[in-house]
Amino acid sequence: MKEVYLDNNATTRVADEAREAMLPYLTELYGNPSSMHLFGGQTHRRIEEARAEVAALINAEPEEIIFTSCGTESDNTAVMSALETSRKKHIITTRVEHPAVLNFCKTMARRGFNITIVPVDKLGRIDLRNLERSITENTAVVSIMYANNESGVIFPIKKICEIVKPKGVILHTDAVQAVGKIPVDVKNLPVDMMSISGHKIHAPKGIGALYVRKGVRFSPYIIGGHQERGRRSGTENVASIIAFGKACVLAKDNIDIENTKVKKLRDRLEDGLLSTCPDAMVNGDTESRLPNTANISFEYVEGEAILLRLNEYNICASSGSACASGSLEPSHVLRAMGVPFTAIHGSIRFSLSRYTTDEEIGLVLQKMPEIIRDLRSLSPFGRET
Amino acid sequence: MWEYTEKVNKLFLHPQNTGEIENPDAVGEIGSIVCGDALKLTLKIDKKTDTIIDAKFQTFGCASAIASSSALTELIKGKTVDEALQVTNKDIAEYLGGLPKEKMHCSVMGQEALEAAVADYRGEAHPEVEEGEIVCKCFGVTDQKIRRVIKENGLRTVEDITNFTKAGGGCGDCIPKIGDILLDVLGKEAGRKTASPKKEMTNIKKIAMIQEVIEKEIRPRLQADGGDIELIDVQGNRVIISLRGMCTDCKMSGITIGDINKTLKELISDELVVEAQ
Ligand code: FES
Repeated sequence: MKEVYLDNNATTRVADEAREAMLPYLTELYGNPSSMHLFGGQTHRRIEEARAEVAALINAEPEEIIFTSCGTESDNTAVMSALETSRKKHIITTRVEHPAVLNFCKTMARRGFNITIVPVDKLGRIDLRNLERSITENTAVVSIMYANNESGVIFPIKKICEIVKPKGVILHTDAVQAVGKIPVDVKNLPVDMMSISGHKIHAPKGIGALYVRKGVRFSPYIIGGHQERGRRSGTENVASIIAFGKACVLAKDNIDIENTKVKKLRDRLEDGLLSTCPDAMVNGDTESRLPNTANISFEYVEGEAILLRLNEYNICASSGSACASGSLEPSHVLRAMGVPFTAIHGSIRFSLSRYTTDEEIGLVLQKMPEIIRDLRSLSPFGRET
Repeated sequence: MWEYTEKVNKLFLHPQNTGEIENPDAVGEIGSIVCGDALKLTLKIDKKTDTIIDAKFQTFGCASAIASSSALTELIKGKTVDEALQVTNKDIAEYLGGLPKEKMHCSVMGQEALEAAVADYRGEAHPEVEEGEIVCKCFGVTDQKIRRVIKENGLRTVEDITNFTKAGGGCGDCIPKIGDILLDVLGKEAGRKTASPKKEMTNIKKIAMIQEVIEKEIRPRLQADGGDIELIDVQGNRVIISLRGMCTDCKMSGITIGDINKTLKELISDELVVEAQ
């Protein structure tokens, strides 16, 4: 039974074209791009082509792209660089950030920096007035995600820029969930730094990029040799960089599909589930949301139990329930949104990709009502459905 | 994704004894929808022989909660009430061929639902509700319950207690308190026979005693969790140690150090202060 993969916000399959592009660099073309010989030189050239491909996806200049190992490294680097270069002591972020930002900022707070964590409302929207009030003379960096990985809510980054930039504060956005799913154009969006991750857009795991706007002062996080013009040392992950470049080309070509075909499938899934499963609700602002993400709570049932029942049909999704994760605390994002515990425990995130098919959505629509009904009939809180 | 035994998976997908007995002789309810786990157990009891003739459950929770509930009903059917009360959370876990340690609280919930049902049958109040002070507000766990699971399951760390009761798994505010309870129970268990200190002692004697307490009391506890401790130096009353293995970057390491500090103070001298290198 082939898997029905609806967990694309966690990771994506590697596009065939990206895999093909990287293969020669795992086999015969193994030269070190830093070497002086021609053999290494050709890998160097391909890295530069990939850099241009990544840059093109967000309308940046190639020299504004630094390759990193992942989104987390990009996020950590951005915040650290802002703290180092500004020599200020205050960080602003949000309650719904990815742990790569949130936990990093909290760690910095333990090391003596001040931190303000801006809340969100019940639709998962950031409170802009609150953000504005939080900025002080001492603020080094505002780090706010472009779109949330769990709810799919897209933040008004442009408005955030208008608030933050005139105050001379460095603005970083973690855009790993947004890039490739919605059009992102840094020429139109005066953020200083932006994190991107390869494996969220059909490149392999272990490759990411940090966009650093020309003229923004930068301090490297990983220090060593002269790779990436001294901005990120360490021998390049050549094959993955090349696959990443290819994945960006594909993402750019398919951005309309994300916003038409994928969105239509997501809406079909969402509408279908809401109409066949009573006591279900969508989490997050449906007005401003990634086209591929549906986060739905099914009251009176528990998320891990739903996921395991979905496993029987090889359907992969994820849950904000604590029982499905290693911790006992349910999703910090849904909690920040004030979703009641009764609903968080039974929350399921379906995240689609351009490889998702009609039949796959049909299978989920066919199986879910029965799964929910069965689990509710087991539950002391269950209702007749 | 958790690694479950075949038995857990089987009982999750095909649970036995589900539903609610009509006109039950006993009802035990435990947990809540807010905590993410809840179990309602209903029993039919032959009053002449005190034998449980039928048991059914309704569970809101994850796969291991459902499987644990099913296991519980299987384990107690046909037993007298007194025999059934001998069934512990360990028996439930064993019946399932084991549970991931983070999910042990599901088996504890089964044991508690049974106790609540028996209390209901006998017209008593459920002891857990009656006594004890709430230590963990997030999950409504009392000190009584914590003490009991420590003793019954031989727990040695705060993390174990969280796995068995959920206490400490939310905001974490209660963790220091849980640490104190753990120390108290462990201290009483050990009988505190190790040393007879508190008079003036030479430095050599002091170091020897510290080493002895580390060997006998502290190291075994840490090793049980894949960690270890090394005594680096003793300068006056400053005891400099270094945590090793799993303890090194454990999020509970602050508590571990507090725990070590308390043990050394109690057993050797109030003046000792532990510092981690
Ligand atoms: S009070 Fe115990 S975890 Fe919050």
